[in-house]
Amino acid sequence: MGAGHGHLLHYHGHSVVHRAPGHVKVVALVAFMLLVVATPREWLWAFGVEAAVLLGVVALSRVPAGYLAKRMVVEVPFAVFALLVPFVATGPRTELLGLSVSETGLVAAWGLLVKGTLGVLASLTLAATTEPEELLRGLTRLRMPDLIVQIMGFMIRYLSVVIGELGRMMTSMRSRGADPRWPRHWPMLARSLGALFIRSYERGERVHLAMLSRGYDGRLPR
Amino acid sequence: MHVPDGFLDAPTSVATGVVAAGGVAIALRGARRELDDRTAPMAGLVAAFVFAAQMINFPVGAGTSGHLMGGALAAVLVGPWTAVLCLSVVLLVQGLLMADGGITALGTNITLIGLVTVVVGWFVFVALRRVLPKRPALVAPAAAVAAFLSVPVAAAVFTLLFVIGGTAPVEGATVLKAMVGWHVVIGIGEAVITGLVVGSVVAVRPDLVYGARPLVAGRTLEIRDAEARS
Repeated sequence: MGAGHGHLLHYHGHSVVHRAPGHVKVVALVAFMLLVVATPREWLWAFGVEAAVLLGVVALSRVPAGYLAKRMVVEVPFAVFALLVPFVATGPRTELLGLSVSETGLVAAWGLLVKGTLGVLASLTLAATTEPEELLRGLTRLRMPDLIVQIMGFMIRYLSVVIGELGRMMTSMRSRGADPRWPRHWPMLARSLGALFIRSYERGERVHLAMLSRGYDGRLPR
Repeated sequence: MHVPDGFLDAPTSVATGVVAAGGVAIALRGARRELDDRTAPMAGLVAAFVFAAQMINFPVGAGTSGHLMGGALAAVLVGPWTAVLCLSVVLLVQGLLMADGGITALGTNITLIGLVTVVVGWFVFVALRRVLPKRPALVAPAAAVAAFLSVPVAAAVFTLLFVIGGTAPVEGATVLKAMVGWHVVIGIGEAVITGLVVGSVVAVRPDLVYGARPLVAGRTLEIRDAEARS
């Protein structure tokens, strides 16, 4: 398999943030984000402090800013929604650039944007500095049920295989002149997805049998 | 459709987190009955499949695109308990390793996409299966209807959460109208894809489709002679 290092969003490095144990990073991320979400949106200074802390961690991790910035496009659909809020929100109206918008809506949109942005950047930092295996070990130490951690481990391990299979199916569909996005070709897309499901399911059975023959008894060796 | 950080206030996020944890805990016990000791590798591969299926975007009009949520699809294919586990793990990986959906909104996302769509989809599917004639060919349409209904219901539950703990001063009725209206359109796409995928699997490997098993088990081997065939 071509997986291994550099999986998903991981950015290879050896900084303090990279070396920190997975469970510490997960707890820190959740605590930090709960704090951000609970911060009243009028407290500008608090967001300044939070952003400074986060940027400090990013700087410490030595992940290039461009690497993170490029991946922040995940946020775009949500940002569009946040920008719509002032127009549909209730409350007193005010003039902004010649448009009538809701004052409370403007405040709310600001809150949504700043909290959402901090959330995306913080999650990206975790993803960029933590190997999937380390994340799984961290979750185990945090008493996440063993079965969930195992399912997650299998999913991450085989994700590139399944996605690769889907990619080849899409390529062959396109090379035969079908465009899977177009509803007219959905029956074809669905047959491919059905085949992908059967292959994934059977691969799961094979993996399970292979593991049984190597002495798997429901838990993974640590 | 993933809820980001800061959209719902902290108490609501924590409360939905507790609901999600409870739902996943119940599903963990139920899934052992569906897959016995094969649970981990099977569910992991099915989760990878759901993730891959979610990567296919389809246009829903106005220049935007939606993607499959897969709750009803997974419930019909592998059974409701395993489906809850698979979707929860998909959301967990998306939240922790891909920054898709806020980390504090993880409970909300698991509750909406993992629990609501699977539970609604499964119950609608089982109710239809009971009413419709007992034929494997009708599994796919039943799954399509289940998928269609599961999406607007999830949108309505989201609106309820928004009214309780939303951070933007938008009227609940406005949000409900927009969310449900929009998700009816997405639901149509979800229904068509779900129905076609389930239909294609039922056609070749009906034994793999969890929702079709009672119907397939009831069939007896039929031996036809050569003349009767043509």
